[in-house]
Order: sequence, then C-alpha cells, then structure tokens
Amino acid sequence: MAAGDPKFAEELQTKLLDAKTGDVITIPEGKFTFTRSLSLAVDGVTIRGAGMGKSILSFKGQIAGAEGLLVTASDFTIENLAIEDTKGDALKITKGNNIIVRGVRTEWTGGHSTKNGAYGIYPVQTTNVLMEDNVAIGASDAGIYIGQSKNVVVRRNRAEYNVAGIEIENTINADVYDNVATNNTGGILVFNMPSLPQEGKNTRVFKNKVFKNNTANFGHKGTPVASVPAGTGIAINSNDHVEVFGNEISDNDTANMIISSLYSTNYSDDKKAENYDPYPESIYIYDNKFSGGGGSPDGLELKALKVSVFGLTGKFPDILWDGFFNKALLVNGQMPLERRICINNGAVGIINADGPGGFKKPDTDMTSHKCDLTKLPPIKLKSAEG
Amino acid sequence: MRLNQITADQVEIGGGMIKHIRVWAALCLASMLLGACGNDKRSDGANLAPVFHATANPERLSEWHMLSITDKKLRLGERVTPYDLNTPLFSDYAHKLRTVWLPDGKTAEYDASDTFNFPVGTVITKTFYYPIPTGTSPADGVVLRSADNTAQLLKSGFDLTSIKLIETRILVHRQDGWVALPYVWNDEQTEATLQRTGDVKNLELIDADNKKQAFSYVVPNTNQCAGCHATNSVTRKIQPIGPKARHLNKDFEYQDGPRNQLTHWQTIGTLKGLPVASNIPQNALWGNIEASLDRKARSYLDINCSHCHNRKGAANTSGLLLEPDSASVLSLGVCKLPIAAGTGTGDREYGIVPGKPDESIFTYRMASINPEEMMPELGRSLSHDEGVALIKEWITRMRGSCR
Repeated sequence: MAAGDPKFAEELQTKLLDAKTGDVITIPEGKFTFTRSLSLAVDGVTIRGAGMGKSILSFKGQIAGAEGLLVTASDFTIENLAIEDTKGDALKITKGNNIIVRGVRTEWTGGHSTKNGAYGIYPVQTTNVLMEDNVAIGASDAGIYIGQSKNVVVRRNRAEYNVAGIEIENTINADVYDNVATNNTGGILVFNMPSLPQEGKNTRVFKNKVFKNNTANFGHKGTPVASVPAGTGIAINSNDHVEVFGNEISDNDTANMIISSLYSTNYSDDKKAENYDPYPESIYIYDNKFSGGGGSPDGLELKALKVSVFGLTGKFPDILWDGFFNKALLVNGQMPLERRICINNGAVGIINADGPGGFKKPDTDMTSHKCDLTKLPPIKLKSAEG
Repeated sequence: MRLNQITADQVEIGGGMIKHIRVWAALCLASMLLGACGNDKRSDGANLAPVFHATANPERLSEWHMLSITDKKLRLGERVTPYDLNTPLFSDYAHKLRTVWLPDGKTAEYDASDTFNFPVGTVITKTFYYPIPTGTSPADGVVLRSADNTAQLLKSGFDLTSIKLIETRILVHRQDGWVALPYVWNDEQTEATLQRTGDVKNLELIDADNKKQAFSYVVPNTNQCAGCHATNSVTRKIQPIGPKARHLNKDFEYQDGPRNQLTHWQTIGTLKGLPVASNIPQNALWGNIEASLDRKARSYLDINCSHCHNRKGAANTSGLLLEPDSASVLSLGVCKLPIAAGTGTGDREYGIVPGKPDESIFTYRMASINPEEMMPELGRSLSHDEGVALIKEWITRMRGSCR
C-alpha cells in the first residue's frame, strides 16, 4: 500500500471542520497516517473511501485523542475505508440519529492484544443505526459494539479476534443477522449493564455463523467482557426479550450459548445499582443448528462443573445457564411462561449450572424450558430496506 | 512601518438584527509620525477597545484587540477584565491568562450553578503560556514547571522576555451561540494565528530539581473545543465553563489591590443579580490547605471532569457523574463498575475503592498519559502529580468497602 500524501491528514481535519450538511468527503486510495484523532460535528455528512482495502486511515504513532474518528453528529454515513491501529477506539459515534457504517474495516494490525484499543466500531446513545458489511479485527473489548442505542440493524459483518465479536449492550430493538463471528473470545453478546441511562431489551440474533470463538480472553480486568469465558458462541447477560434463531453455532469450546446474570460476571458485587434487573428473562431459542463445542470450558469452575456432570471426555449441552433467576416472580413455584428461557430447538439441551447454589446441584432437566414465546417483530429501519 | 488601517467592527444588536457599521480609520497616520504606530494602541496611548466579530473569524488574534503585544509586553484591551478560577483545570502545567470583555453597556446575569448568562458580543480569552529558563529563547521549547502567578505577572506589566506564549483560545458569543477559536502564537511572540485544526508543540518541561520531561503540547481543533465546552452533549451548544459563581468566588490581585472577582464584576457593570456573599457557592481554592479534603477533591473533579461527566454531558454514557451536586455515591464512582473504560481500567475493578487509591480506576486514569486510558481524554499530555495526590488522599480517607 502506497503512502498517501502526508498533507492529507491536516486537509481531512479541515474538511471535517468545514463540512456542510449534504457534503460527501472522499478519502482517496492510499494509506494516510494521523498523529491526532479526527472529529466530525456536522450533521448530514458522508465520508466515503475507495474500499476497506484501499483507503486506509492509520493511527500508528497516535499521540493524542481517545479514538481515531469521533463523530458527534446525526445523519452520518461512513463507508468503504479502513481505520487502523488507533490508540483507543477506532470509530466512535455518540448521540446521533440515522447512522450508517458500511464496508468499514477497523483493525489492529499487530494481532490481537490487550494493548489494542477497546472498540472497533462504537456507536453509543444513537438511534436508527445500520451497521453492514463491516470487518472488525483485534479490539481488546468489542469489535462492533452498539451501546445504549435504539433501533439497530447489524448485518453481514465479520468480527474476528476481538474479545467480543459483536456486542449489543443496553440497547432497545436490535436485529443482528447474517454476520460471521469467529476466533473471538465470545462471538455475539447481548448484555445489560447497571447504572446506565438506558436498560436494553428486544434483540433478535438470527442467521449468523458463530464458530470457533476460542481465543483466550485478552480483555482488561474490570471491563464487562473480561468475564466472558473463552469459547463462548452467543452470550446473553442480564438482558430481556432476546430471540436467537436460525444461527449456525459450532465448536465454541466453553458452550455454544451462555445465558447468565450479572451475578456470574465480575459485576456480582454491584448491589448498589437501583432499578436494575440483573436477570435474563423472556429468552427464546429455536431452529438453530448447533454442532461441536462445550468440551473444553474456560475457567476452573466451569471445568470442574463439566467434569463432575459429564466426565472428562464429555461436553456441556449447547446451552449453559448460570441458573440465577428472580424468585419474586415465581407463581406457585413456577416462572410465568412469558419470563422463561424457552427452547424449541430439537434435541438441543441446557444445563442449569446452579450458580446460586455454588454449582453444587447442576441440572439438565428441560421440562421448564420446553416452551414457545411470542416472536419479536422485525426492526423497521429505512436505511436497511431495499 | 506601514500605514495601519484600524478596523472597528461596531456592532449594534437589536430586534434580532445585527448591523455592521464598519469604520475604517487611518488613525495611525498621526501617530506614525511619533513612531508609535500599531494596531494595538490608540494614538493617545490608551489600549484599543476590543472588537466583536459577529460573523467572521479573523486570521490574527490581534484583530480582536483583546490582547496586544507592545515592546515585548502583553497588554489587555480597554475594559478587558482578567480573572482566574478557584480550582483550575489542569493543562500540562501551562499558566493561564483568562480575560472577559462585554460590549459597552451590556451585563451578564448571575446564575447560582450554571455559566453566567453572557450577552451576545461577549468575548472570552484564555492564553496558555509557560515561564522559560533564563538564557533560553521561547523558540527553544524548554519550559518551567511552576505555580501559576498570572495576576502578579500582569500587575508587573507582563514582560514576555522569560515567557513562552503557546496559544490563545477565544470564546465569542455570537447571535447563534458561542464559537471557539484556537490561535497559536508564533515563535517571535508578536502574533497568534487562527489554527482551527489545532497544533502540536513539542516541549520539554523542567521542574525545580532540574528534572526534564519531554511532552507534546496539543492545541485542540475546534471540534475538540466542543469536546469539553459542549457540556450538554445533546444540544452540543458550546458554553464557557469557568465563568460560574463557584469558580469565580475568590479574590483577584487587580492593579489597585485584591478584591473578590464577583463583587468587582458587579461594580464595573459586568455582572448583575449577585446575591449576598453568603449565598454564593464557592469551590475550594487550589493550594489552600484550610479547605476540607472533600471540598478540595470535589472542586478538582468539578473543574477537570464535570464538563463531560454530568447528567447531560458526553460522558453520561458511563454513568459516572462528577458535578458538585452528584449526590449518589455510586454515580460519584464509589464501588462503581466501569462500562466502556477498556484499557483505562488499569485492571482495576471499581472507579473508587474506599481507602484504596491504588485499586481505584480514578487514580489510574488520572496518572496515565496513554491517550486510550487517560482522563481527561483531551487537554493534557502530562499527568498532574498534585491533582493525582489530592484524589489519592481523598480516596485513602474514604471509609467503606466494595465487598
């Protein structure tokens, strides 16, 4: 890749400052280096490169700025370029509406490392968001991370060698489909964290290929993803109304799916968060194709659990549940149907790990999980139509 | 010497209409003969009145007439009032000259907690500079780490021979809102020019023990100005941060002696609606050992963090709120888990672990100079040893546990 005109760095920032609504800012072919982060604060701007392998914004040697490109604007589209080797997050978009990120690659080119920036593509507190055809590699937290947002479509992306491949956190209404997540610590995560302005719900994860997410966790202690066991396919943590269907989920060594509560993460001491629901409820899993995985869980507790229940050469069922639930919801000792973890997926089994009982009485009884829930409606997003 | 035309953009504001009456005056013609021509001084020797540029962004700082350089001395424009803050924002040990100017006859309205309501036409400047060692030139880029004594320097005529001027930031209140403009000084220290994309100055800081530390002083671009000054991240409207009651409620050493800044502003007609002194909030005075530790720490977090870490600020995504009225212990960071801190956690679990500063993310991020970890994210390349020490002590004295 030929080095681009060194003057371009200054020129691009000037263009971003001077941009007017409706402008298309073009990134030519070449690898352009920046020492400071770029920022855009004008609504209605498109940034367009010649392709994720051709127009490269490189931040190797960055001296200032917590991200590569910071966007604080609405009606924003960025497409067909790459952002490489930022000190912090590669692309952060905060508090905008109508956001499209398409054909963008974010990558740390030195391979996956704890020293890499946290997020690849990171919209937070945004509304009407389309993420498609992107590639995210090497983030020390999440490759594609949707935080505290509403109305989101994440499709046809590829996430590889991140701690979390794709993470939907504290987000309301998201469709995540046709993505590939492999070689991450965890493939696709749907999380709710405490003490944030918005609690998430309503996420559909479907038709994704989630395989061999077995990379050792290289996240930073204290971050939400640091507690994700290596070998996690799809994980749902403390989130409600989540539908997982039609995915191909295979060869994830801890479990192809994990359903857990905040109490199982390193967040278990967070008792002070008010109005926060730590339990995963109304989870519906159906028609997925599971294979392999579950034979070599990460972490001593899970290893011991697997050996004690399934033997040295055995494996976990495809779905691992930590077993925490809200006792206050029980009616006659039963969880009401609409709050249950429902599985309608052929012979696929679940293990209740008995987290509340210290993993002493794990249970593989499917009875209370054999149920169906009302399906969630698809996300309607104008930018994703046609 | 050239014939210097003086531009006076006299701007009248009324009924939402802005009228420019551009007065071109060759005032220098007379003074030229006296050999004292410059666009910073009137022919009678008095300082020029500042200019409110209602729409244009002048390329040169001198066009504002807020500050001027004459005979290697920095002077303030007519009715330009210097001020400082009880506890200031840390900016790589730079000293700061802050000034405010309001159009004649206009007044700012007092507010107990927010930035005062300044009239359209108000111009605020902040000049970042360092003392330099004797025998060096400003162009050498060697600067001293020392306590800010701007008021004294101003009183003694602001001699620039042992000063390196870095940048002057203008905040101007136009009809559509505040606008931030960064000006970067030349090595000759005769003029600063508008640099909207910011700049990097490679400097070396020398402390009292002659210890040297190289660092990159980063002048923000205008978007980054908004990164701090758009304290409401939804409206993204820029505002001054310093001119609030609690930050200004202190004495300033004026030419004719020390006076409370707010009282002074009221006396000269810059401020109205000032309540009785006992009702005016007051942050701790930086360096004042008498203030309580809690007051000192909260004042420090207020001015250094709360422009983002407030309920409506850019950092409300984190749930960490550091405004003075952030009442909840959790939102203040005590036993609070990070959300998107990434490597900024420093492998620590909570914002603050009472009694354990070295297990608290706060002190890790404050001490870090790595762009992906450090807090604040912008405005410093060095860590503030004294600030870190203050917060460490505050956390050390906190009681309780996260377990």
